[in-house]
Amino acid sequence: MSALDIADLNVWRGEAHVLHGVTFSVLERGVTALLGRNGVGKTTTLLAVMGLLRGTGSIRVGGDELLGTATHLIARRGIGYVPEDREVFSTLSVAENLRLAERPGAEHRYDLVFDLFPDLRGRLAQPAGTLSGGQQQMLAIARALLNPNPLLLIDEPTKGLAPIVVEHVVDALARATADATVLLVEQNLWVASHLAQQAVVLDHGTVAYAGGMAALADDPALAGRYLGVEVR
Amino acid sequence: MSSFILYTVTGLGLAGLYFLLASGLSLIFGLMSVLNLAHGAFFAAGGYAAWWVMDSFDAVPLEPRFVLAVAAAGLVGAILGAIVERGLIRRLYGSHVRQILLTIGLGLAAVALMGGWFTYNPRLMDQPAWFGATTDLSGAMVPNSRLLILAVAVLLLVGLMTFLARTRHGLIIRAGVENPAMVRALGIDVARSFTIVFALGGLLAGVGGALGAVYFNGISPDLGTTQLIFAFIVVVIGGLGSVPGTAVAAVLVALTQTYVNNYVATGLGSISVVVLLAVVLLVRPQGLLGKARQ
Repeated sequence: MSALDIADLNVWRGEAHVLHGVTFSVLERGVTALLGRNGVGKTTTLLAVMGLLRGTGSIRVGGDELLGTATHLIARRGIGYVPEDREVFSTLSVAENLRLAERPGAEHRYDLVFDLFPDLRGRLAQPAGTLSGGQQQMLAIARALLNPNPLLLIDEPTKGLAPIVVEHVVDALARATADATVLLVEQNLWVASHLAQQAVVLDHGTVAYAGGMAALADDPALAGRYLGVEVR
Repeated sequence: MSSFILYTVTGLGLAGLYFLLASGLSLIFGLMSVLNLAHGAFFAAGGYAAWWVMDSFDAVPLEPRFVLAVAAAGLVGAILGAIVERGLIRRLYGSHVRQILLTIGLGLAAVALMGGWFTYNPRLMDQPAWFGATTDLSGAMVPNSRLLILAVAVLLLVGLMTFLARTRHGLIIRAGVENPAMVRALGIDVARSFTIVFALGGLLAGVGGALGAVYFNGISPDLGTTQLIFAFIVVVIGGLGSVPGTAVAAVLVALTQTYVNNYVATGLGSISVVVLLAVVLLVRPQGLLGKARQ
């Protein structure tokens, strides 16, 4: 069963034609990594799923078409979004950031969130703009985990973080995503191969590879060609 | 010394009017990036609503009638704000030029409509007798109406801050001023907050119009439009979207204007405010309490 089906997705950003008929599916339960070099359209894909960018083609969740639906209705279908660069509300306190994320009628999993990120509990009154980068990332993830969202879209959760913080975030994500479906954008191949079972590689706005994460990580030629990295 | 106190209280009364007009503008721009050039019409409509209540309900004693008039002015402003957002502005989100053209047109049409209805001659409003009396503040004979305007403005400032700090709508508005797209991505319908903010801005401007009718000794169709220029200056100096910034800037602008008019030369006050604006823009372009946008 697939949780998310994207078919022939075309997206323009201003004059630039960023996605050229992207087609792939995200399997239910488990993590699918969305990989590729800078500027190939990974973030654009997530923005289009959230309805924050318009496009043509099809984006389906559980058989329902999302393309053309208002962003807040897409989120209410049970999609948690952790944007690139975190985008916590810097003038709001940590507690207010979390309260804002509370979706009416849903269960609010504060116990889970504070269990994963104990740092946040002691900083509830602190303005989110004064948190460290790692703490802001934890808050951004906590915001998406607070409601029991069956599908999570997570954009570069380790970007700009110190190695020790990366490990902490990866551990928390591994625990938090055990029973959810995740589409994870990640530049760090170690993080991607640690968390993901499936992989989709974008190249110049089209899908260049879709299959097992392990098979990709074990094939230095393939990984080198599309990701520009050496696999350890 | 006594004249200094008198000018200060008069300036603070004017600051109250500027705040009532500017706080709505600032929230509307901060949340929706809409420059509402029709905001002055809400102010004038509130003034006429208050005048109509004072003129029509002879049977009610003056004091409770004035309370009723202020409430009616706020209600008329709020309803107009909600109608303008729902009926017109909503169709033009994302198109700044069209929004500006729409609100300019609305502002001009509203002034003409009120002129046709009430004539362009100022309407004098019945007021409780003690408004015109004075209170002795350490030697300065201060008109009570100035103190009243100041008190109502402070009350509404506290109310607005409490609404923004304590309610879920307030939380959504504060978050939306910073990043509306992310608020939507959390599953929140920001468009509902847009209507609330327009209604709230209309309410504050409407009450401002009722008090303006007292301050300027009458209400005429273009009263709001005249004050709108200063309200925009207050918004920019205070920092877009910041309510405390708007309050501080309103005091700064009104006191500068009043002191310069009285101590330097009548008429220079308005020019000095423009100079103040230029200085703030050079030194702190995001405004006194505004956040630099990402």
